Amino acid sequence: MRIFAKYKRKLRAQKKKDIPDGLWRKCKHCGEMITKKELEASLHVCPKCNYHYPLSAKRRLLITIDEGTFEEFDADLYPSDPLKFVDTKPYPERQAAAREKSKGLKDAIITGTGKLNGIDVAIAALEFSFMGGSMGAVVGEKITRLIERAMDKRLPLIIVSVSGGARMQESVLSLMQLAKTSGALSRFARQGLPYISIMADPTTGGTTASFASLGDVILAEPGALIGFAGPRVIKQTIQQDLPEGFQRSEFLLEHGFLDMIVQRKDLKGTMARLLRYMGGNTKPKTARKAVIKKRA
Amino acid sequence: MSNNTGLDFERPILELEKKIEELRSLSAGEIDFTAEIKSLQSKLDKARRKVFKSLTAWQKVQIARHPQRPYMLDYVGLIFEEFIELSGDRCYADDKALIGGFATLDGERVMILGHQKGRDTKENLMRNFGSAHPEGYRKALRLMRLAEKFSIPILTFVDTPGAYPGIGAEERGQAEAIAVNLREMMALRTPVIVTIIGEGGSGGALGIGIGDRVIMLENAYYSVISPEGCAAILWKDKARAADAAVALKLTSRDQLGLGLVDEIVPEPLGGAHRDPEAVAAALKERLITNLKELTLLPPEELLEKRYRKFRCMGVFEEGIEE
Ligand SMILES: [Zn+2]
Repeated sequence: MRIFAKYKRKLRAQKKKDIPDGLWRKCKHCGEMITKKELEASLHVCPKCNYHYPLSAKRRLLITIDEGTFEEFDADLYPSDPLKFVDTKPYPERQAAAREKSKGLKDAIITGTGKLNGIDVAIAALEFSFMGGSMGAVVGEKITRLIERAMDKRLPLIIVSVSGGARMQESVLSLMQLAKTSGALSRFARQGLPYISIMADPTTGGTTASFASLGDVILAEPGALIGFAGPRVIKQTIQQDLPEGFQRSEFLLEHGFLDMIVQRKDLKGTMARLLRYMGGNTKPKTARKAVIKKRA
Repeated sequence: MSNNTGLDFERPILELEKKIEELRSLSAGEIDFTAEIKSLQSKLDKARRKVFKSLTAWQKVQIARHPQRPYMLDYVGLIFEEFIELSGDRCYADDKALIGGFATLDGERVMILGHQKGRDTKENLMRNFGSAHPEGYRKALRLMRLAEKFSIPILTFVDTPGAYPGIGAEERGQAEAIAVNLREMMALRTPVIVTIIGEGGSGGALGIGIGDRVIMLENAYYSVISPEGCAAILWKDKARAADAAVALKLTSRDQLGLGLVDEIVPEPLGGAHRDPEAVAAALKERLITNLKELTLLPPEELLEKRYRKFRCMGVFEEGIEE
């Protein structure tokens, strides 16, 4: 077995040499080689093992919102450093690095409105490449403003989470973003408007302990790590190995904390179908069909 | 831990106290130690001031975790005339790490909730060191709704290193339980006063931490992550917890300065465990005064103010960057 694995790896290495750099990449999940083209075509899902790679906020909006309909909110919010937080690096340096890594985002989120299969929605997408999608004051504020605007304009709310939780560099100020966003959702919940929460890999910590867990309907992508505490912390605390599949989407579905697990390619359609039942503003398709039939 | 050993920085003080005590008991005999006692006493006063007046953030964390620090039930005994503990989340279990029930404060009905730690190993097993499971947070919500139903104000006492990170806790939805509490506490149509009496450990603290007033004991701490956890992640070294404690700005003074808590209840020099009665009396007075103010507000105004209070937390920049 082992020898075979070695041989396979050798082969793969050989293969890689023959192909121009940058076109192939090794799936970090299954180790198979995938072409960049394949990965793009599959919405960054490994065609071999179905691993759902984190999507950038921009790409997430691109595959979720109808072309040309997205209108961004609060693009001019950017983080401060109220605590003058310094660990091995000052917080502003980490912000600058994150901005570069996320290709120019000012913080770990994009919010706005747009159409989803013709349905007007308010939507937020978190950005994992910006400090692990962590929630500081900017993320908390942008989500809260989005919720408040959705109430004003009577729009369904969608939040796509990819986040390691509260941002340590803002300490209790970031912890209070859990209170702030959940508080806004308590008002939203009384407006008769739907909120769909999408959890992607990973959604943990303060994000799961606030808005991500408060959807009227909660969907997750396959295999996403979802939990309160991180697996490493749990393992350290209980001094035991964690069961297979622990804290993955399938585990959460089994324990009753998700409504469905949905493949990335089917997410948009699933949301549209759900919104029909929860106050989305398009007319049900089947009803229209029925009318047409009658006329005929 | 016995009464005579203490935290590292407490030790010289405890030793001086012990010496004075010994001399006092010897003074009953033939030799007069009055002069020695007097000199030791002044030495002790100096040492106390030197150590306790300039506690570092990390030392405060240690005081907040002090094995002799008064816990929820100690304050309950000292503050309330009656306490009827109620149990269970009606779903899975009764969590002994987060307890609650009806209580009487200065003749008035209240609902009290709080984390409870254990004094010894056996009790700590039962109390899970004050780390609650989802059932604790769900019991808390059940009791808060019960209080709301009968227009009874709610007082919560926060003292947890954090919500428990374990397999069962995840299976039963630790994150969901906390999230739901955050949402629902914001909408409770009855006054809520939160007091952080010891450890304010992140989401586990916030899970009963939304209120119209947030009070903090002087040496309590409030943080998004434990200093050890923060050090392990950001410094890649648990031993840097003292540095993390400073960076996290977790002391009561910091929280007051940031507008995240409304007031601080002072503790005696050395910490609440040096005089629990005095701390309880001071806290009781603050609870009564705050409750009187809050019960005057109509529910709509109460809710609007509570929302605004948390709505404006967080510091960010907006507009064209400098
Ligand atoms: Zn793969």
